[in-house]
This record gives sequence, C-alpha cells and structure tokens, in this order.
Amino acid sequence: MDNSSFVTIAHHTKEKIMYLLQMAEEFEKCPNRKLLDGRIVATLFFEPSTRTRLSFETAANRLGAKVIGFADPKVTSGTKGETLKDTIMMVSNYADIIVMRHYLEGAARYASEIAPVPIVNAGDGSNQHPSQTMLDLYSIYKTQGTLENLNIFMVGDLKYGRTVHSLLMAMRHFNPTFHFIAPESLAMPNEYKKFCQQNNLEFTEHTELDKEVISNADILYMTRVQKERFTDLMEYERVKDSFLLNNAMLELTKPNMRILHPLPRVNEIAYDVDDNPKAYYFQQAKNGLYAREAILCDVLGITLDDIKR
Amino acid sequence: MNNKQELQVAALRNGTVIDHIPTDKVFTIVSLLNLQQSTTPLTIGINLLSKKLGSKGIIKVSDRFFSDEEISRLSVVAPNVKLNIIRDYEVVEKKQVVIPEILKGLVKCHNPKCITNNEPMQTIFHVDKEQGLITCHYCGKNQEIDKAKLL
Repeated sequence: MDNSSFVTIAHHTKEKIMYLLQMAEEFEKCPNRKLLDGRIVATLFFEPSTRTRLSFETAANRLGAKVIGFADPKVTSGTKGETLKDTIMMVSNYADIIVMRHYLEGAARYASEIAPVPIVNAGDGSNQHPSQTMLDLYSIYKTQGTLENLNIFMVGDLKYGRTVHSLLMAMRHFNPTFHFIAPESLAMPNEYKKFCQQNNLEFTEHTELDKEVISNADILYMTRVQKERFTDLMEYERVKDSFLLNNAMLELTKPNMRILHPLPRVNEIAYDVDDNPKAYYFQQAKNGLYAREAILCDVLGITLDDIKR
Repeated sequence: MNNKQELQVAALRNGTVIDHIPTDKVFTIVSLLNLQQSTTPLTIGINLLSKKLGSKGIIKVSDRFFSDEEISRLSVVAPNVKLNIIRDYEVVEKKQVVIPEILKGLVKCHNPKCITNNEPMQTIFHVDKEQGLITCHYCGKNQEIDKAKLL
C-alpha cells in the first residue's frame, strides 16, 4: 500500500490543495524542469482518453521522465483475462509511477492498495477524476486571484457530470455560492445537495440558462448535455437547445467572469464565444499540464522547495 | 410447548445458543458461521413461538464459542440476535451483535461497475450506524445496510 498515491482530492485539506496550486504556478513559470530525470512514468489507459493521456505524457516529458504504457485497452492482457492486479504488479516492476485510467469505479483505489509504486488516478469510471479537478481549481484560482467567496455556476449535465461533482466537493473549503442550471432530468443529485447543506454551502437551482441568471457569475462551468444520458428522447429534443451558450448571453456578465468547460465540447458553447476574452476553456486545458506536473512531482516526494531550487 | 422449548435450550452443556433469530434468517446464519461444517452436535429450531417476534428461530451449537469478529458478521442479516454462552448448563455470558465500523468480505457492492464486482478481491464497506448506510470503500456508492446482499 502506498499512501502517496493520488486517488481522490475529496479528502485533501485546504492547505494541501493550495500547496499543489502553488506548485502548478511554479510550473507555469517554467514548465521544463528535469526533476524526474531518469524516472519512468507508465500511463495505463484501460479506457481511451486522448486529452488526459496527452496532458499527463506531456507533463512527464517536460519533467524529463521517460513514458511507457498503452493508450488502447485492446492491446492489453486484460482482453486475455488478466486481472487488474496482475497488470499493475507487472508494470510496477518497470515504472516508478503509474498513471491509470480505468472504466471501473474504485479501480484506482484498489490499484493504490496493491501497487508498490504510487498510482495517479486519471479517471475511474464515473467515480473520480481528481487531476481534472486540480486543473479546474487552478484555472479558477488563476483567473479570479482567489478561490474564496466565488459565485460558481454549473451548467448542463449535473447528474452524471463527474467533473462538477468533484469540483463541488473540492470547493467546500472556500465558501462558494453555487448555482446549478440543468434540465430537471439531469439536475444535481440529492447526495451533492445534501453535501452542500452539511458543509453550509449556499446553492440555488435553475432550470433555464439565460443572461439574467448568469449575470452574477464569477465562474460559468459548462458541461455537455449528452443524448445518451436521456431515457426519454423527447425530453432531450426539448431541452437540448436550452443549455447552449452564445456570445449575446454574456452581455450582462461581470468583467472578471470566465467560462470553463472540461472539453470536449459538442455544441453547448457557440463558436462566437471563442473570441470573447471571457472564454477560458482552451487555457484551462493548458493549465492541466501544470496541474499534472505538480501531481506527478508531489506523489514522487518532490516538494515545492525542490521545484523552486 | 414452552416447557419443551426450555428443555431443549437447557439440554446444552457447553456451547452457544443463538436466540431471537428471525425465522427466515436461520439458514443464512448457519451459512455465515459455516455451521454446516460443524462436527459437534447442532440443533436448529425454526417457527418457535416468540413474544417479541411472533415466530423465531434458534440455533444451539455444542462446544463452539464465537469470536467477536464472527459475531459481528451477523450484524448485516440479523442485528437483533442474542447469544447465550453456556458452560456446564449455565448461561455464563450474554452477547449482543455489535455492528462493526468496517465490513470486510461480507457484503456485495450493488454497483455493477464497481471494481469489487470485477476483480477477485475482498469488498470493504464503511458503516454509518446512525443512517443505517454502508459505503463502498472503493467506488464510494452507498446502500442501506438491511438491503445489502451477502457475498
């Protein structure tokens, strides 16, 4: 068992989150630092995820590490019936750290308990995707100058959206006011509303996305409304265009407001928004590199002081 | 009828009487404690009259004394059973089932996409006694303890 693994940030303290953000800030100043020279990072993607994998592999390369692994689960022994445990134990012989994406929930926690090397969770089913949360937090911190007392608006699929759930939980330390904007069938699940109540986090629910509703936002966190999530396709047809953001809707928004999106987008943000300085989703993806450099270093015991040195 | 029942209980010289078992849980408990492998005399009574339950089951096991860990395994299926420890025909100790903080290798996670349902591994659940909920250590999903399925 290895406690340095990065499986979830649900239990991270405020101090730990801020510490990782400071590390990310250092990497943004200078992304190329040979702190992992001579180390090997394995990226095991049991489920394809080009974006996350490229981001982790770039982070590893910029830190001077070598990368091994697979991007396509079809090439793994899993298809021959090998257990996750056996794959993890085998790869642990070669790599100093394993970055893993898996389609089963809890896979990263289990891997972290059996692997002799640290595990970094790059997403396990619909359970956790903590490196995405770190880059979301970093993007909010960077654009707002703080994480404290912000109005955070979450839009789209709030029922199945793993990123919004993780972000909501991580923000509990920072006294946010949440606004949940979603069709009724994809509303924020009760367990997360209960979580807000238990942590004294204010929230308001809306079923319409319009310019008055979002005028007070500091962060507008957009997500995809996916057709396959609807059991009633009539309902999908009815709501699909109600959660689209276009440039005209940003008219009343605050100057500091920024639009985030975990990507890929399909049509929920119109292309005319891209040129608005409030559109931040591409820089947000770039922040993923710095956040992941911080995560890789932290799990390998490299401190903020080591980075600054 | 009552006399006969008491007579049966009193007949145990050394061992454990598991009492106040809901009738439909008797054989689950036999299986949980692996009593079918028992080599000492074992008496199982079902549909016995009970003031509390209306009908109850009882299991008497000669020369067997259960550890607290074994007893805690009963908490999921029958949290209200009572155990009488008998030595030389006397009840020397009464034990109640205590729900443990953590259930290991006992209950199945109801989430089909949980790693525990797809790997040869032990399940672990964290117990919230106040809410009557158990939370999977791996996938984080909750379920009600009294609806949990045994492995």
